[in-house]
Amino acid sequence: MTEINETVQKKESLGKEIGHLLKSNLRDYMMYIVLILIIIYFSVNTDGKFITANNISNLFNQAAYVAVLAIGMTLILILKHIDLSVGYVAGFSGALCAIMLSKGISVYIVIPAVILFGLVIGIYQGTLVTRVGVPAFVTTLAGMFIFRGLLGVVLKTGTIVVDNDTFNELNNGYIPDLPIQSPLHLITMLTGVVMVALIIISQIKERNNKKKYGFKVLSTPIFVVSLLIIAAAIMTIIYVLAQTKGIPWSAVIVAVILVIYNMMLNKTKLGRAIYGIGGNDQAAELSGINVKNVTMFAFCSMSVLAAIAGILYTSRLRSATPTAGNAFEMDAIASSYIGGVAVSGGVGKVTNTIIGTLVIMSLTNGMNLMGVDAYMQYIVKGAIFIFAVAFDVISRKKAK
Amino acid sequence: MEDYILEMREITKVFPGVKALDNVNLKVKRGEVHCLCGENGAGKSTLMKVLSGVYGYGTYSGDILYNGEVQKFKGIADSEQKGIAIIYQELALIPELSVYENIYFGHEIMKGKTIDWNETIVQASEMLKKVKLDVDPSTKIKNLGVGKQQLVEIAKALSKNVKLLILDEPTSSLNEDDSENLLKLIKELRDQGVTCIMISHKLKEVIAIADSITVLRDGSTICTMDCHEQEVKESDIIKNMVGREIDNIYPTREKKAPGKVVFDIKDWTVEDPVKGREILHNVCMNIREGEIVGLQGLMGAGRTELALSIFGNTPKYKIKSGELTFDGKKSRFKTPKQAIKSGLAYVSEDRKGNGLVLIQDIKYNTTLANLERITNGLFVNNNEEIKQAKYYKDSINIKAPSVEQKVGNLSGGNQQKVQLAKWMFARPKVLILDEPTRGIDVGAKYEIYTLMNKLVEEGMSIIMISSELPEVLGMSDRLYVMSEGTITGELSREEATEQKVMALAIKSKED
Repeated sequence: MTEINETVQKKESLGKEIGHLLKSNLRDYMMYIVLILIIIYFSVNTDGKFITANNISNLFNQAAYVAVLAIGMTLILILKHIDLSVGYVAGFSGALCAIMLSKGISVYIVIPAVILFGLVIGIYQGTLVTRVGVPAFVTTLAGMFIFRGLLGVVLKTGTIVVDNDTFNELNNGYIPDLPIQSPLHLITMLTGVVMVALIIISQIKERNNKKKYGFKVLSTPIFVVSLLIIAAAIMTIIYVLAQTKGIPWSAVIVAVILVIYNMMLNKTKLGRAIYGIGGNDQAAELSGINVKNVTMFAFCSMSVLAAIAGILYTSRLRSATPTAGNAFEMDAIASSYIGGVAVSGGVGKVTNTIIGTLVIMSLTNGMNLMGVDAYMQYIVKGAIFIFAVAFDVISRKKAK
Repeated sequence: MEDYILEMREITKVFPGVKALDNVNLKVKRGEVHCLCGENGAGKSTLMKVLSGVYGYGTYSGDILYNGEVQKFKGIADSEQKGIAIIYQELALIPELSVYENIYFGHEIMKGKTIDWNETIVQASEMLKKVKLDVDPSTKIKNLGVGKQQLVEIAKALSKNVKLLILDEPTSSLNEDDSENLLKLIKELRDQGVTCIMISHKLKEVIAIADSITVLRDGSTICTMDCHEQEVKESDIIKNMVGREIDNIYPTREKKAPGKVVFDIKDWTVEDPVKGREILHNVCMNIREGEIVGLQGLMGAGRTELALSIFGNTPKYKIKSGELTFDGKKSRFKTPKQAIKSGLAYVSEDRKGNGLVLIQDIKYNTTLANLERITNGLFVNNNEEIKQAKYYKDSINIKAPSVEQKVGNLSGGNQQKVQLAKWMFARPKVLILDEPTRGIDVGAKYEIYTLMNKLVEEGMSIIMISSELPEVLGMSDRLYVMSEGTITGELSREEATEQKVMALAIKSKED
């Protein structure tokens, strides 16, 4: 966004351009800095355990279900709604998986069926919010109770163990490797190289396109440096992962969902409609946007993603338990807000929400490694959450 | 030696990048009605905010002398304590609370540690008598009309033992009767010793009520006129407000023979589904290609309701009967989406409330109503969007550094232009403009009139809703007058005079 700035017509110095970039993206950069600080802190305090290849891979697997929930929650929060039911919708969906699988139903039927079930819940809650007019807070608070209860009812006998390998592979397995002896996971390395190449190609294409239109673009040195930073960041993570078992399937799933939602928000009319409604729903309605249908879509997408999160969580634990889903909504909402969704709605990016998820889940993972007491963890997470939101509110006030 | 209750000396107030007040002087005599006039952005409201302590001591330079003493107000509470009360344009009452709760809200009558409600009701009734408002003090505010709410606000000010009452555009949302009542009350209060500062755009009222008039322009005091020493005419005030004599406020356009009828409604009857009462009765009107049709009427005559019910805002308006022909086809729009697709556009009177997405930038707002134009397949073409937004920004002269500027940071006139750009981008056949020049200054008004002329010359048709009579008379080829939800008359440009229009606008069904 910042690349196009018509105010500065004349060629500006490199220093000025960097200064300008820093100033206009301060909020985003803050988040990366916080994430890096957290990583450094835990690496030091766990004698490097935090930064080992195994743990990073583990962190991705742990974060997957929260990331999926947070992506959906971002849409809901941009629209100035909230969904408190996601945790137990995920928990209950997971229980349904476990029950159906234990009855011997094929995993290829179970997964679509559970996703469809998520859609039904989305339609139910979306209808209440958009057609009946019950506030989302109330609708989903009730949903939270209902699905928590249902989860307990269907799991009367306690935990159900899942012994389907395909299913368990989803959030425990890794992409396959070539049958060649190598210290590194070759397909992972290859994927990394392809990803970097694709990003570079698409960025250059976009830049050329902008030039074609005669818009201002980043100056060449800064463009190259920013590409190098992105490439280095990706290749570092890839290299770390390649030292163990490679890229986890869960990361692939999250990446696919992230790319789809990012495109949807930034590039389609539906995405525009979501930002418009969040900013001013009446203006959006009078501009020809069907506010009810768009809101309905957001609730459906949220519950579908909650079902997917439930599948991932159950797969990871290889079982469904009656406590699954507890406080998931908290992590999802915190991820979105830490990722820069405005409390007043209308602003937010799913890509930043993922960074928010990494912040929250690094905290969880790091504190577990340090042996911090579970209740203490709640306090730390709550404090970081409120700090992030307060910072956001203050910086937006200043911008005015 | 005159007895001044208030002297503001060389007040200068700077906002980042703008000097809102530049050495402003204001002297108000004890026991007079002092009117403050000026264009939008002249600094009237800012000056009053400095006086009432909203912009506290230290954020401005200069002195405020009240009863001869220098004051250092840090907030509203300080100025209130000295007997200064300000009533804003947007009323600050709580709809769900009763009249007496509102009057004593914030300075409750206490008996020990608890509120003495009985005494409150007695006192509140007393205050209501003073403002000649005959309602039960336990009525909820939401059940009162705007005129009565205004009186409750004044009662509230009186209950604080006000000595200097500031009214910011008190009659802007009142009908003629209520306005007259209010002005009478202000005079009575003056005779009882309450000094009044009134900000108003309605110069007729100003002439009728003012003892002195101070005119501000671009943050400076231009002059203070004493109405008892000299006879002040409207034209005198206008001359000082704009700094030049305006002869040609309305740009001329070439007269063309009217084209074919593009839009026609017959027997349009609409009910408000919430209140369950009919708000529009058998409205008939039409508009031809390349025509500007004015829709005039007093507040509450049903003009905006007519526009919105045509535009497909169905949850709010239930159409009971009526026939709508648009571009030769019988249709009825169920949603704004359908209306826009068919070529109808509605530019809202409330640009901040339901016209623009203020937290988004100019380009986003420009393209919002017609994203199809810049969408290839599934995806919006962001570069094309910037190009288009720039084109409109330049062609209608929106003053902003770039199309990436947030609309919330623009001035009223420029926001209005963004609204126009948005609907021009949608390429409608018929454009409904609801109060297109409300709250914007004379210069920007002229630009908007010119733009309207250009659009109709290109073949668009415009329905212009406006409360400003001279504007409607100056711009329309033809005009309809509404009163109490029905059309009471149709006048051609040649026939229309202010008297005729007013006569139709106050005509009631029974006549």
